[in-house]
Amino acid sequence: MTDTTTEVLADFALDTTAKSLGDVVSDAKARFKSGNLGSLPSVLAIITLVAIFGYANPDAFLTTSNLANLMGQASAVIVIAMAVTFVLLLGEIDLAAGFTAGVAATVMATRLADGWPLWQALAISALVAIALGMFTGYMVAKVGIPSFVVTLANFLSFQGILLLLVKDKGTLRVQSTPVKALVGGNLSPTLSWLLVAVGLTLFAWSLWRTMANSYGAVPRSLVLIKLGGAAAAAIMVTLLLNENRAFEKAKEQGTVIDGIPYVVPAIMVLLVLLTFLLTRTQYGRHLMAVGGNPEAARRAGINVQRIRLTAFGLCGLIAGIGGIFLASFVDSVDPNTGANDTLLLAVGAAVIGGTSLFGGKGRVLNAVLGGIVLALIPNGLPLVGQRSPFGIIDIDFSSSGVKFICAGLALLAASSVDALSRKGA
Amino acid sequence: MSNDKPILELQGINKSFGPVQVLRAVDFNVYAGKVTALIGDNGAGKSTLVKCIAGVHPTDSGEVRFNGQSVSIHGPKDASELGIEIVYQDLALCENLDVVQNMFLGRERLKHGLLDGSSMEQAARDTLASLSVRTLKSVRQQVMSLSGGQRQTVAIARAVLWNSKVIILDEPTAALGVAQTAQVLELVRNLANQGVGVVLISHNMNEILQVADRVSAMYLGQVAADIEVTESTTRETLVELITSGRSGDVGLITNDAEEEVTA
Ligand SMILES: Nc1ncnc2c1ncn2[C@@H]1O[C@H](COP(=O)(O)OP(=O)(O)OP(=O)(O)O)[C@@H](O)[C@H]1O
Ligand SMILES: [Mg+2]
Repeated sequence: MTDTTTEVLADFALDTTAKSLGDVVSDAKARFKSGNLGSLPSVLAIITLVAIFGYANPDAFLTTSNLANLMGQASAVIVIAMAVTFVLLLGEIDLAAGFTAGVAATVMATRLADGWPLWQALAISALVAIALGMFTGYMVAKVGIPSFVVTLANFLSFQGILLLLVKDKGTLRVQSTPVKALVGGNLSPTLSWLLVAVGLTLFAWSLWRTMANSYGAVPRSLVLIKLGGAAAAAIMVTLLLNENRAFEKAKEQGTVIDGIPYVVPAIMVLLVLLTFLLTRTQYGRHLMAVGGNPEAARRAGINVQRIRLTAFGLCGLIAGIGGIFLASFVDSVDPNTGANDTLLLAVGAAVIGGTSLFGGKGRVLNAVLGGIVLALIPNGLPLVGQRSPFGIIDIDFSSSGVKFICAGLALLAASSVDALSRKGA
Repeated sequence: MSNDKPILELQGINKSFGPVQVLRAVDFNVYAGKVTALIGDNGAGKSTLVKCIAGVHPTDSGEVRFNGQSVSIHGPKDASELGIEIVYQDLALCENLDVVQNMFLGRERLKHGLLDGSSMEQAARDTLASLSVRTLKSVRQQVMSLSGGQRQTVAIARAVLWNSKVIILDEPTAALGVAQTAQVLELVRNLANQGVGVVLISHNMNEILQVADRVSAMYLGQVAADIEVTESTTRETLVELITSGRSGDVGLITNDAEEEVTA
């Protein structure tokens, strides 16, 4: 819109004036300029990393088997990142979410080992995860201890619970075919296409709904571009993944590995459900309000303590689901399930995706985008191998040291964007 | 008309924050269809009194009557259920939410158990339009991106949205320019003419003489005077009530308030 039209606009004109694609683009530009970058940095990071690794080692990185690997590697961190998103939105943190995942996974594995049916093992593990989260929530909301301190303490005690559960067995195998298949298994090519069809239909429906309710603020061309882009990407990826990606040797022996990995629909279902909860329900609205301004929420009659308590419970439950992904990735649980850098990567993923550490700003989708960035780094770096980038020093990019440094720098960059955007606002 | 029963009646309200007594035996009345101005120096206790009415702060003692019935307000929900709405001095909006979301916060409209976005948006727009708001271009803007005056407008619209019986505005014009101040004052008058009991807190005496029907003056946590605004009410009277709690033969009789503070 130009300045001359702004003057003659009547009340709420921006809500009811049809916008062209150009208007939408300049709106987005203005938003970025004002420091509100949203998911842009993570999307750019994904593109950059793919370009760098693809250039450095196209034969190993740009393969369909690596693409499928990447999805499996990213899945657990993405789910745990979704979990912490709900407490990050309140400006809180859950440092123990990794161990909540570990405990939930181990509870499930021990029940399965005792011959419980899968659904019962899953139900009890979910209950335990919720209980752990609610305990944290009680300490934060009712007792009034900062979540950083509560979850630091829980970081230790939940690890203790995990050790007690695993006992001296060291490693406990997961005895359930569906759980093992969750990360690593694939839909058949036919089901893959069905998934694409269902996914695109739902996406088209939600885009159409947004457009219909927008009084023209969302132009049809934008909807078509989004839908077209999504369809092209989904079809291309599915075509690639439906190829047999077994190694040449294995192929000769008749091994077939093809189709979209199960983790893709699994993550999509979680993404849609949790986004729905956050944006379309009263609970989600109140959670955002408490994160934005707890005092305003309180004066609006929102039970702030209840929101805090349940957000931690929800975080526990989703982290518990993440634990199943962790267990499925290696088909077993041990004292390190959910330990080490799991939690740091999850929080990092949420923040890299654009969710603020200061509360009130974030989306569930950010966890997915950030999780992909953080999975790309350890996936791609080893394929780069030993290099001397500026001809001065030799760097072994496959070493863990370089991996950690790169992940750390990515997180630092993302939180700088977050902090600077708050300053600029 | 002053012999009409007040719609909201406070009697003997006491409130302390720890050792500091902020409200002392405060009596305060609000009349339907009238603008009651609440004046007093900085720290006199005006905002605290409002927060007690709103249920944001519990009171230590005292009685609240609404429509003649004794009521107890334990939280913001109780107040809004009675039809009391407050526009706070520190506006208390969620900057990360948009205009509509703020206006309906805590009282969202639902359809099939889910947020009914379009109906809320339409209602918000209608309310803002009925207040002849000229400055807001979109109700889908985040409050973060609004100017002080626009935020004030949103906060007032939020209170008006509920067909409230009593609306309390804590210094609504303090941050506004000349034109917007005039608009808010007109709005205040309109609300009263529609039968709402309006409380206006302000430090601007001209503003008060212009729109208020009654004035309650607070001095160091006490109500020094409760007077009707007439032709003969002057700026000087009000200023005296604010600064010394007394003007001519109205106001506090003793001086013990001051002594207790220095003690
Ligand atoms: N939450 C609180 N805790 C402790 N003291 C408080 C609190 N809120 C207000 N006070 C104190 O109560 C007194 C009255 O404050 P209040 O905000 O009601 O004044 P006011 O009349 O609204 O002043 P102003 O014109 O500056 O808005 C002040 O001395 C203030 O410091
Ligand atoms: Mg005040």
